[in-house]
Amino acid sequence: MGEFKVHRVRFFNYVPSGIRCVAYNNQSNRLAVSRTDGTVEIYNLSANYFQEKFFPGHESRATEALCWAKGQRLFSAGLNGEIIEYDLQALNIKYAVDAFGGPIWSMAISPHGSQLLVGCEDGSVKLFQITPDKIQFERNFDRQKSRILSLSWHPSGTHVAAGSIDYISVFDVKSGSAVHKMLVDRQYMSVSKRKCIIWGVAFLSDGTVISVDSAGKVQFWDSATGTLVKNHLIASADVQSIAVSDQEDSFVVGTAEGTVFHFQLVSVTSNSSEKQWVRTKPFQHHTHDVRAVAHSPTALISGGTDTHLVIRPLMEKVEVKNYDAALRKITFPHRRLISCSKKRQLLLFQFAHHLELWRLGSTVATGKNGDTLPLSKDADHLLHLKTKGPENIICSCISPCGSWIAYSTTSRFFLYRLNYEHDNISLQRVSKMPAFLRSALQILFSEDSTKLFVASNQGSLHVIRLLEGSFKHLHTFQPQSGTVESMCLLAVSPDGNWLAASGTSAGVHVYNIKHLKLHCTVPSYNFPVTALAIAPNTNNLVIAHSDQQVFEYSIPDKQYTEWSRTIQKQGFHYLWLQRDTPITHISFHPKRPMHILLHDAYMFCIIDKSLPLPNDKTLLYNPLPPTNESDVIRRRTAHAFKISKIYKPLLFMDLLDERTLVAVERPLDDIIAQLPPPIKKKKFGT
Amino acid sequence: MVEEESVRVVRCGGSELNFRRAVFSADSKYIFCVSGDFVKVHSTATEECVHILQGHRNLVTGIQLNPNNHLQLYSCSFDGTIKLWDYIDGILIKTFIVGHKLHALFTVACAEDSVFVIINKEKPDVFQLVSVKLPKSSSQEIEAKELSFVLDYINQSPKCIAFGNEGEYVAAVRDFYLSVYFFKKKTTSRFTLSSSKNKKHAKNNFTCVACHPKEDCIATGHKDGKIRLWRNFDDGKKYTYTCLHWHHDMVMDLAFSVTGTSLLSGGRESVLVEWRDATEKNKEFLPRLGATIEHISVSPAGDLFCTSHSDNKIIIIHRNLEASAVIQGLVKDSSIFTGLMIDPRTKALVLNGKPGHLQFYSLQHDKQLYNLDIIQQEYINDYGLIQIELTKAAFGCYGNWLATVEQRQEKETELDLQMKLWMYNKKTQGFVLNTKINMPHEDHITGLCFCNAEKFENPTLVTASKDGHFKVWILTDDSDIYKKAVGWTCDFVGSYHKYQATNCCFSEDGSLLAVSFEEIVTIWDSETWELKCTFCQRAGNIRHLCFGRLTCSKYLLGATENGILCCWNLLSCALEWSAKLNIRVTEPDPHSENIAAISQSSVGSDLFVFKPSEPRPLYIQKNISREEVQWGVFVPRDVPESFTSEAYQWLNRSQFYFLTKSQSLLTFSTKSPEEKLTPTSKQLLAEESLPTTPFYFILGKHREQQDEKINEALESELVQLPLTENIPAISELLHTPAHVLPSASFLCSKFVNSLLLSKETKSGEEVPDDVDMEEEKESDDSDEENDFTEKTQDTNDTDLGEDIIHQLSKSEEKELRRFRKVDYSWITVL
Repeated sequence: MGEFKVHRVRFFNYVPSGIRCVAYNNQSNRLAVSRTDGTVEIYNLSANYFQEKFFPGHESRATEALCWAKGQRLFSAGLNGEIIEYDLQALNIKYAVDAFGGPIWSMAISPHGSQLLVGCEDGSVKLFQITPDKIQFERNFDRQKSRILSLSWHPSGTHVAAGSIDYISVFDVKSGSAVHKMLVDRQYMSVSKRKCIIWGVAFLSDGTVISVDSAGKVQFWDSATGTLVKNHLIASADVQSIAVSDQEDSFVVGTAEGTVFHFQLVSVTSNSSEKQWVRTKPFQHHTHDVRAVAHSPTALISGGTDTHLVIRPLMEKVEVKNYDAALRKITFPHRRLISCSKKRQLLLFQFAHHLELWRLGSTVATGKNGDTLPLSKDADHLLHLKTKGPENIICSCISPCGSWIAYSTTSRFFLYRLNYEHDNISLQRVSKMPAFLRSALQILFSEDSTKLFVASNQGSLHVIRLLEGSFKHLHTFQPQSGTVESMCLLAVSPDGNWLAASGTSAGVHVYNIKHLKLHCTVPSYNFPVTALAIAPNTNNLVIAHSDQQVFEYSIPDKQYTEWSRTIQKQGFHYLWLQRDTPITHISFHPKRPMHILLHDAYMFCIIDKSLPLPNDKTLLYNPLPPTNESDVIRRRTAHAFKISKIYKPLLFMDLLDERTLVAVERPLDDIIAQLPPPIKKKKFGT
Repeated sequence: MVEEESVRVVRCGGSELNFRRAVFSADSKYIFCVSGDFVKVHSTATEECVHILQGHRNLVTGIQLNPNNHLQLYSCSFDGTIKLWDYIDGILIKTFIVGHKLHALFTVACAEDSVFVIINKEKPDVFQLVSVKLPKSSSQEIEAKELSFVLDYINQSPKCIAFGNEGEYVAAVRDFYLSVYFFKKKTTSRFTLSSSKNKKHAKNNFTCVACHPKEDCIATGHKDGKIRLWRNFDDGKKYTYTCLHWHHDMVMDLAFSVTGTSLLSGGRESVLVEWRDATEKNKEFLPRLGATIEHISVSPAGDLFCTSHSDNKIIIIHRNLEASAVIQGLVKDSSIFTGLMIDPRTKALVLNGKPGHLQFYSLQHDKQLYNLDIIQQEYINDYGLIQIELTKAAFGCYGNWLATVEQRQEKETELDLQMKLWMYNKKTQGFVLNTKINMPHEDHITGLCFCNAEKFENPTLVTASKDGHFKVWILTDDSDIYKKAVGWTCDFVGSYHKYQATNCCFSEDGSLLAVSFEEIVTIWDSETWELKCTFCQRAGNIRHLCFGRLTCSKYLLGATENGILCCWNLLSCALEWSAKLNIRVTEPDPHSENIAAISQSSVGSDLFVFKPSEPRPLYIQKNISREEVQWGVFVPRDVPESFTSEAYQWLNRSQFYFLTKSQSLLTFSTKSPEEKLTPTSKQLLAEESLPTTPFYFILGKHREQQDEKINEALESELVQLPLTENIPAISELLHTPAHVLPSASFLCSKFVNSLLLSKETKSGEEVPDDVDMEEEKESDDSDEENDFTEKTQDTNDTDLGEDIIHQLSKSEEKELRRFRKVDYSWITVL
């Protein structure tokens, strides 16, 4: 595997924002997740839970509700009073409509998918008609006294339940009038609260309304009579979210104590048809409030303030006991937040509203394998670059030479020139950006830092030549006719001749930079691309997909390489395919052309193409072979995949030079330490 | 009374009441609990024992109400029989002989003629649940050999088996799995929890199981304190469970309330937890129950719960979680340091009870009288804690004083000793702490004795200790200007060549004190505390020391660790005799010269009864117990027995009780078990065995025949017999539930007829009535006198047997006679 000096970086002070809403789409098996900073992420559950799209956040746009409508349309509503529809192809906001009811707290799409309801701060419930390209206000329901915090349609679409403060209203959709008003007990089990907030309601097809509230109750109401049927006290803190399965035989609630409870409809006795709702399993995967839950046919999905997205499969619904049956915890974004300047040993960290530039420390000491070397010079925080405006940063990059920094928000593109004079740095913004460079999804510098490649959200790729202090637009690759899909991943060959770009679903396009034309398109594959890189000298394009497959494609030959064909024929090791985080970065060793370096959040791997491939019987994760073992044994047990799991969670790993690696870790404990304190619970024995 | 009977070792009460779950009667008036070879019927309202169902020849292992007749009770035992009882009258109805050793019993309402038992067939550890078909037959003893196998490889404890949904399925737990067998489908579902390999689930073991009475829901208790509620278990894949967690230690037992709305659980925390609606947040507690909850049961009427505790106690708890009654047996929770003592006032057996308490246990009634808190500190139930232990206790001056010693030793050098002296308070009828002495000695106290001689007006107490001293404590005036009081102070400290004092003993008249110092016995004058003489046999340290009594008071006995029993003559100051016996217990009889000694050998323990004056023992019984006997005591009899046989005369005035290492309390008895059955129940038993219904006595020919017999009998001067003959028939009628009686018009003529018949014999009957009444008064009186008075009843010994007969059937007779009198008036009105 070779020995490296590793910079183990732990000063990337990144804290993901908390999850506010999740919405599951059954047709496409996709999950939309909105975070407290307004970011909306789309996860493809079929593609190994890969985060395939994201919409950057906005300071004033706190999302409170998220819905899928018919035809894969995604809507969100928030405290700024606007209803937003997202363009899932171009990855931008299609339009925003003000509901004129103050902050919007809740939203629900009708079962038929043609109508949209929002509940507002002023107590109004507004009905919108969804037209193919817009939404149209239709009418108001009877105005209530206080804000509408939750909404749920009856599956037939005739009635709507709305949770407010201290009561639940049932509306008749046709007349828009409140049919029933069900008062919720503020005080329960001698826990007196000033108000009882109905955080969530669910309307079942048999007329039962399930409500969850701030007193820790899950209550079942008969909507026909407006009476309380059953009461489950499950928490001493708020119950904040509820989601019902499509079959209406189970639902899930999330509490502020971080517990997720599963309720199931089970028959009372085996030979009677009478059924009752029973609380079954509690799941404690969160430390903080569970703000949002979703119920897919096979799993319970929950997310909350502790920033984890947890997907807990239901064992009884999982047909085959494969890796889908395992618990998933997604914490970090599946995109790169760090870029690195190899020449000057700089790291650029991307945060929501600022960038940080650090110079790595250095050491003169030497030691054995596994030693921790003392630093002779500490890492330096060189630069703290704040964005202007409320928008979040989409992407950023530092040039390999270290003298250029580029980043983009939704509406503006920034390019800076860095000048180094001994220990001082001066930063100079390159002004007068062309009009077409408004927003970028991905930015990349060429290896010699003379060219800048920008993937814009219209599907076009811009090539810009960088000169000392200025730039020149060279070319724009327009998307192929008919497609509007944006490119999210870029890779350039070290000799600067080839540029590979990939979108979310279509294949990888390879452009010839010299001739400024499309060279070829790698055949498309079922699973989205998670990482791309072009090897030096051979110009082989290495592509990693979300199902953990790795392909090697020779650009000059326009075909897959022999090694790639071999590994596809033989198949990857089953443990390799069972890893649950995508490969986010691929790089190469300049002196060892047979090596491919890649990593995901929990492991770092060097694939040595010269060695035999492992089959399912061999040990995939072999520990580092002890040095005293004879070469023969080592050779016999060696296989192509050399895996190291020392560094986790690993956000970034790259080769600085032949013998130096940089690894950026972000320990989960450090993230939890920066979150607000969880609800204190008395634990026995402490 | 048969006189020439062999003396047998019998268990005498004090048996475990908490061995199995207690069972309530259908109307919650009675509670049944196993007690050794017996089943005890207690009243739930008064806690008193109403009946003792005797008949099993080995440990009773299970009791259940007959689901088809809630006035009957099934019991099973290690002796391989299932017995059916009428518990109201306390009579045995039927015996089913199964043959295997039965470990537990279950009844199910829908399986009409079969019950379920746990047996082990081949290997000692493999237990099976089988159903036993109980054949319908009129005979008293029926062979029930038709076994059908239900579940194999189950846990032997009945807590690990539960029947649900009116017998549609049975749930069994063992180690890490739950198996559910469905009787209709004949299928078994098995659910396994992750086992101990994973550290997180290390204590996932199942401990108990209970089934919801109305719904398909199984509750299981676990070693880590969790309770799991299983549902949908008829589907091997879609099963689901939920967890309730409050207990920090193993869940010992679970029970659902009758309606299933709440679940009760208990464990070592000694807290009964009621989970309402099976929700974690909605729970109620009944704390401070005193000891680990072993079993929980629920009355069929739903108004009462009861918990059985490890300190041999059953607490009856009202539905609103208020303890309403306590049935306390002999506490066997801790090891016995104090030995067996007899409280001179109550004649109760006194020994260590609950931690830090002395228990007063009535041998006659087999129940605890009261607990005396000696240590007076909150007991913390936790492993590894070094507790204060009550090590010695002694009564003095006819029960006016009680001395106790408690100790706590954390390390070798840190010893906490405390001696407390308690005075009997006549007003409160209890012991009140008088003097507390911290560190009476520097080292462990090995002997504690009062001088009980009458001539000593000043109470004297002697303590012997390992620190080489013995101390004499006397009661002195402790009055000051505020109050008059008495207290104990040290009067004399004696030692002998720095040897450790091991025992001390006063002679009967109190004039001499014997203190043993390792191998040497020293005799001290109790007037002047002068050393009179020493004995030394060089046969090891003295283990026991006692003076002879009455005519043998000139002898001193000592048992040594090397297995020598020595008898010294105090007059000649020489060894009278010695014997090679490895003595564990020497106990003098307070009412005679006899001394009982129990020796220990590799085979078992042997009993020797002898007089110190003659080396030849009066009585030897080999192998009284297989284990080591730890303590013994003579208990004076209220009513002396009259054994004429020389060998048994030592049992005439006192009864000898002894306690083995496994804490079973045993005694000697000459009565056979059959004889122990009360005469009335025996008689009823004989009638019950006839293949007739109770109506047969009133309506059938039998009645007339019997009446004729009565007439004959009456003529032939036997006065009591016809009455006792007559009673059961009418009592059957009166006790038969009204809903199964034929119409009144049908019964009336026959009933009147029967009364008319008795009217004919009126002249003959009135006389015995009166006689009976007199007898009753007499026996009532003797009842009232009971044990508390010192009076020795020197009644005519020969009458005694008959007297007992009348006492036992008396209450029934009285009741029936009252009924009869009412009937008479009714007839005259007609």
